[in-house]
Formats: sequence, C-alpha cells, structure tokens
Amino acid sequence: MSMPQGVILFPSIHFALRAEKLIKQKGISHKLIPVPRHLSSDCGVCMRIPWEKKEEALGILAEAGVKVDGVHPLGN
Amino acid sequence: MKEKIIYFDNAATSFPKPEEVTKAMVHFSREIGASPGRSGHRLAVEAGRIVFGARERISQLFGGKDSSRVVFGLNATEGINQGLKGLLRHGDHLITSSMEHNSVMRPLRALMKEGLAVSILPCSQEGFLDPSGVKKAIRQNTRMVVLNHASNVVGTIQPLAEIGEVCRRQGVLFFVDAAQSAGAVPIDMEREKIDLLAFTGHKALFGPQGTGGLVLGERVDEKELVPVKRGGTGSRSEQEEHPDFLPDLCESGTPNTVGLAGLLAGLEFVIKVGIEKIRHHEKRLTERLLRGLGEIGGVTVYGPGTAEKQLATVSFSIQDVAPSEVGLRLDEEYGILCRLGLHCAPAAHRTLGTFPQGTVRFGLSYFSREEEVDEALRAVGRIARREA
Repeated sequence: MSMPQGVILFPSIHFALRAEKLIKQKGISHKLIPVPRHLSSDCGVCMRIPWEKKEEALGILAEAGVKVDGVHPLGN
Repeated sequence: MKEKIIYFDNAATSFPKPEEVTKAMVHFSREIGASPGRSGHRLAVEAGRIVFGARERISQLFGGKDSSRVVFGLNATEGINQGLKGLLRHGDHLITSSMEHNSVMRPLRALMKEGLAVSILPCSQEGFLDPSGVKKAIRQNTRMVVLNHASNVVGTIQPLAEIGEVCRRQGVLFFVDAAQSAGAVPIDMEREKIDLLAFTGHKALFGPQGTGGLVLGERVDEKELVPVKRGGTGSRSEQEEHPDFLPDLCESGTPNTVGLAGLLAGLEFVIKVGIEKIRHHEKRLTERLLRGLGEIGGVTVYGPGTAEKQLATVSFSIQDVAPSEVGLRLDEEYGILCRLGLHCAPAAHRTLGTFPQGTVRFGLSYFSREEEVDEALRAVGRIARREA
C-alpha cells in the first residue's frame, strides 16, 4: 500500500530547485513533478513528498528562506 | 595545418575556452535542449538545473548569500543597464569615475537627460580613483556610486574595499562593473561592501558570449527595482502582471540556456583551478610583459605599470607608429591578435592621455604562456626598430 502523498508549490523553478537541494540533503524522499492542473495553472514544477513529511520539509524550507506558495495533499 | 596564432585579445573575450565549456554546450544541445522553468517534464527540469547551477556558482564566487539575487542576461552591459535604470530616479545624484566603459557612460548620458545628476570624478593618470574624492563628492541626494573594478584599457584595479566602505557609511549604493575582473581577481561582495555587481560570462569566467548579468546585494530593495523588460517567466502564468520576486522579476523570455551550460562549466573550471592561482599566473606574465616592453626604445606603456595593481591587460604605443599600423603588422606578420585604438572608453583615454589615437592592447589570460609573451615582445621590438 502506498503512503499518502502531497505537493509543495513554489513561486518559480528557482525555489523548487533550491528546495530539491535542501530536501535531498535531509534524505526525505521527493520528486519534482508538473504542477497538477487543479492546484494551479502555473506551467512549472512542484515537489511531491510523503504527506507525513510535510511539517519537517516545510520547516527546512522556511529556515533556508525558500519561498513556498502552498502545500496540498494529493488525492488517490 | 592550422596557422599558429597568439591570441592576446582576452580583454575583449577569452579564447580559448576550457574544453569542458564546449563539451557542456554540446551536451546540452544534444541531450537536454528543453526550456528551463517552462513545462514540468524531465528535460525542462534538467535545463532548469543548469540555470540554477550557474546561479549558485555565481553567488558562491562573489560571496553572495542568496542565489535568487543573481539575474542573468546577455552580458555585463545588460546587468549595468538593469541596475542603473532599475533604481535611479529623477532628482537622484550619481558618482562615477573617468575610467568608465561606455557600458556605464552611455546609459548614464541617457539618464542625465531624464533628470539624473552625475559627477564624473577624475582619476590619476594610472587610472586610480581616490576614495577620499568619492567621500567629498557625496551629496544629500547621492543614491549610487558606479565604478569599473578594473579598467578594460589598462587593467588598473580600483581600491574597491575603501570605496565600498565610504559608500556604506554614507548610505549610498555601491555598484561595481566587474566585466574585466570577475574570475581574474577575487571579489567578495561582503568584504568589499558591494551592493550591485555586474559581470560578464565570456571573459575571465570562460563562458561563451551572450552570458552575463547582475548580482544584487541585500541592501537593494527588490520592491524598488524596475525591470528593464517584462514578459514570460514560466512562473505565475495565470497572471498578466509581471512577477515581483527575484530572479523572475529581471529575467523574461527564454534564456540562453546553452550559453549558461557553458558558463556553468566555465565557473566550475575557475572554482576548480582557484582564482588565486589564476591571478598568480597572470601576474607573472604581466610582469614579464611590462618589463619587456619597458626595455624597448620608443615604446610607452600606460597604466599602473606594475602587475600587482593591474590585470593582465597591458596598453602601450610605439612612437610614430599608429596603433592600427602596429596591430596590422602584429596580425599579418606575426599572427598576434590584439585590440587597437580606443577601447569603448573615451573618458578613460582622456585620463590616460591616449585620446584620440588610442593604444595597442594586449589582453592575456590564464591560458597565455611565457613563450607567447616573449614572441610578442620580439615582434614589438622589431616594429619599434622599423625592422622588416
């Protein structure tokens, strides 16, 4: 059974890539994926993470000053 | 077989580039190719990683803390235009030096017509700006000091830290044009108290032409920064208002990603070799060149005349032989390629006393060799002695 997933949205790819670097360093599983259409009409990428890691990930990003646009659970 | 040449025009653009630079550009063209920050597929993300990587390396090289404050453009000129036009307003006062390149002088001339007051401070004949002169010139409405870090004509390296200190104390923004110096001498925006730094990718950072930009320090308020162009950024696509955050604020339209792939490789080369080592090599060659030129009768060398105080850019003239004539003979008879005449900096030539005839300029690089310097010296000697 797969764990519930969520996505973190960013203002631009610059912040998505900064986030990727930081999240990778902390060993949290993650993947950059296209932004789901129902969440935003942006043409960029967002970061998919296990939903249970949301708080930890947001904490890391806030500490590093990475701008975040929002965080959303992904439906099955 | 290829004819042997000695390329001494590195102050215009560096050549050759490290092999890694060419490889990175070919790799991008063959294997990646996509548009960075647009679409969400794997190749778009890969392209985004290249631009991001170049941004991080630029930030690292200049002691920046936040790579989102590095904005890319075509060259240093675009960075300078963004910094000047983006921040200066009607009624502001700006201070600059008589050693500036036209990349600074021309935007300033246009801004003066729109109500900017400009003080152009004279420099010494070697091209140095006196920090105490800057302090005296600061007025209540002085917003910025803009200064060429190292002269493109004679290589003179300005005392940045002292001038930065004056600016910081007086609450004036310090804008440095590092087109010639970035990659050739260490620069630390924190240590030298630089608020804006314009750089080019294609000189001492060994990237290809069409890469450059601007680094914004913490004291530059992005809310006050007006972008010189607006357009698609790949972000906030649902809005027709331009994004208000960096780097997107100052970067519109598809970037030169293949160029930035080359610049990233160039930056990694510079970081791997180390700027200290690059500087050491160039200083040694400059010393050799200056000594050699000094021993040739009829040759006048301009600028500081000592490698410690200048880049590996040396300007000289030969008595009674026009620079264009010297250049033609160097090229045709000796395969030595250099720059002649006025080097896009008329005020600098007036300061040095070389206006309007200009100079012959040898611009060396990390890839220049001792034998090339010696061969060039022999050639200059023969031309000066009127030998065939």
